[in-house]
Amino acid sequence: MHFTKPSPPSDDKRWRIVEATMRRHGYDSHALIETLHSVQQTFGYLDTEALRYVAKSLRVPLSKVYGAATFYHFFTLKPQGEHTCVVCMGTACYIKGAPNIVAAVSEKYQVKPGETTADGKLSLLTARCLGSCGLAPAVVFDGEVAGKVTPEEALERIGRWMNHDS
Amino acid sequence: MTPEELRKLASSQEEARPEPKHRIKICVAAGCLSARSDQVLQALQDEIARRGLTDECEVKGVGCLGLCTAGPLMVVEPEGVMYEGVTPEDASDIVNSLGGKPVERLLCPADSPFFQKQYKIVLENSGLIDPEKIEDYIARDGYTALARVLEEMTPQEVIDEITRSGLRGRGGAGYPTGLKWSTVAKAGGSRKFVICNADEGDPGAFMDRSVLESDPHRVLEGMAIAAYAVGASQGYLYVRAEYPLAVKRLRTAIRQAERLGLLGNNICGTTFSFHVDIRLGAGAFVCGEETALIASIEGKRGQPRPRPPYPAEYGLWGYPTLINNVETFANVAPIIRNGGDWFASIGTEKSKGTKVFALAGSVKNTGLIEVPMGITLREIIFEIGGGIPEGRRFKAVQTGGPSGGCIPEQYLDMPVDYESLAKVGSIMGSGGMIVMDETSCMVDVAKFFMEFCMTESCGKCVPCRVGTAQMYDILQKITTGEASMDDLALLEDLCDMVKHTSLCGLGQTAPNPVLSTLQYFREEYIAHIVDKQCPAGVCQIHRREGH
Repeated sequence: MHFTKPSPPSDDKRWRIVEATMRRHGYDSHALIETLHSVQQTFGYLDTEALRYVAKSLRVPLSKVYGAATFYHFFTLKPQGEHTCVVCMGTACYIKGAPNIVAAVSEKYQVKPGETTADGKLSLLTARCLGSCGLAPAVVFDGEVAGKVTPEEALERIGRWMNHDS
Repeated sequence: MTPEELRKLASSQEEARPEPKHRIKICVAAGCLSARSDQVLQALQDEIARRGLTDECEVKGVGCLGLCTAGPLMVVEPEGVMYEGVTPEDASDIVNSLGGKPVERLLCPADSPFFQKQYKIVLENSGLIDPEKIEDYIARDGYTALARVLEEMTPQEVIDEITRSGLRGRGGAGYPTGLKWSTVAKAGGSRKFVICNADEGDPGAFMDRSVLESDPHRVLEGMAIAAYAVGASQGYLYVRAEYPLAVKRLRTAIRQAERLGLLGNNICGTTFSFHVDIRLGAGAFVCGEETALIASIEGKRGQPRPRPPYPAEYGLWGYPTLINNVETFANVAPIIRNGGDWFASIGTEKSKGTKVFALAGSVKNTGLIEVPMGITLREIIFEIGGGIPEGRRFKAVQTGGPSGGCIPEQYLDMPVDYESLAKVGSIMGSGGMIVMDETSCMVDVAKFFMEFCMTESCGKCVPCRVGTAQMYDILQKITTGEASMDDLALLEDLCDMVKHTSLCGLGQTAPNPVLSTLQYFREEYIAHIVDKQCPAGVCQIHRREGH
């Protein structure tokens, strides 16, 4: 049976990056996770349109694509806030007070771990383990790892984002 | 590239390099990088260029130097002076001191037990070579083991050498590596695969990341030797997407090795071909289990399946597959170079060689260490680790992550090997070692790991999916002071059930943190339940009026 490649959800040029990933793997269904990585790296998250497109391109049932996208913690179906604060909750960070950092940020900005503030400015996330155990507790502020963080320092850094942008 | 050319390249590397008077090596592995060692590197390079000393002094980024807590770390050669906590502002002072007196205020005592008590095999290049330069690796005998294997040894001889070394799986379970290789070699069929498990999911463990970031070629060489021994021509490196630096350096390393004909088709001019591709993990702890990892490489949800058949017979896409951990592969090249007997002379009777540990938690010197098997926990924690900070008291050391246990003070003099750790209710695990003091509540720690296992359970089998949730609920009740002694009995029953009926290692070992803390710190559980008190002052006990 002849297979027609579906067209991307939009004419956004960035879809070419995703297409290149799929092409490299010969549009094989085995490339599902690699392709999802490519979408997330390019667009920041996986929305329904993207999942449909990947499903059709790789000829994998949408249910399986959704299954993989929700099974793996690394994938997110929601866009992240303007700034992200990822608190490491690995064992070393946990016993050195990471929960206090989460609690402080969560209370001050009324945002639960894994969620984004109503104004879309801040996402508070937790990580399983960053592997920076020697620097516990570690926090990633917008992609930059900081070690031996106290709740006060975390609030101070986030405060700078929030004030600077308003 | 033929073995002869490889040797030439290695010696030309030595000669071609105009011996600079001074060498500064600064750690650019993730730990020091997050302490901005890249900026220090830049500042030093600028300072040296500004003074026109570029010919006399070489500055380069190297892999992990170990003592992460004191980062950024650097070494100045030939003096061998080590500096800690360096900032870009120190660049000028450091350049001034070259050839003279070292900068007093930055000195890091390199003769301290932290450095002296270690024995490096896996990490021998770590901190010495630039991980992004294959020439550096080759200059330190890199790829000579592979060349030798292809030139002089049959696959069976390679397997015999590995068997003789007594090397056991460094992923944690300790399965004899030689035996695994020989099973895959014996399996029939024209297609076979070699997989490197770099899905380091244990919280509190960063050994594999450090090896990949500091010496990526070592792992590739080990994989290629394994592929030759078992008869595979395709390999996959399954690495966490959370380790972008390791991924980047691996991609560079693969490209460089392919360019020199050390990976790819007709390696070293022989008929042996071996290709390596990277597959990114996506944050599922269960994918460290080999059958789940295979499912993930196949593009599916990472759910394990019952074994047998083992991957050695029925693995990736149904073909015989060899799966080893990063550290296991990293041990292969030195064993081939120095012989299995050499490796077998290190360590204890049943646990040979060394083990890399990520030492963290309540200990003065946190970081990455490599020690001979059989060393005692006391030596690791109190000599290498420097003891417990702030005058606190040691309480327990946790090994093996969510699958391991907490070991109390009375076993500190026990040797570290696979059997001894298992005997006291923990496991060797992949190498996470978290030290806890009196401010840690053991029930809270057990709850932390149970929450981890509950969330990471893939949901395929009922005992693990439902059992871990039930155990977590009971632990939650205990830590809030709402549990009764009946709940504790139920918890123990559940531990037994989940341990013996779960499908894979995740479920089978999930009760370990609870079982070991119950065994050694039962009184803490009782204090929460009966006295409604948390002895460590960690848990928020709900006190009801009238109680």
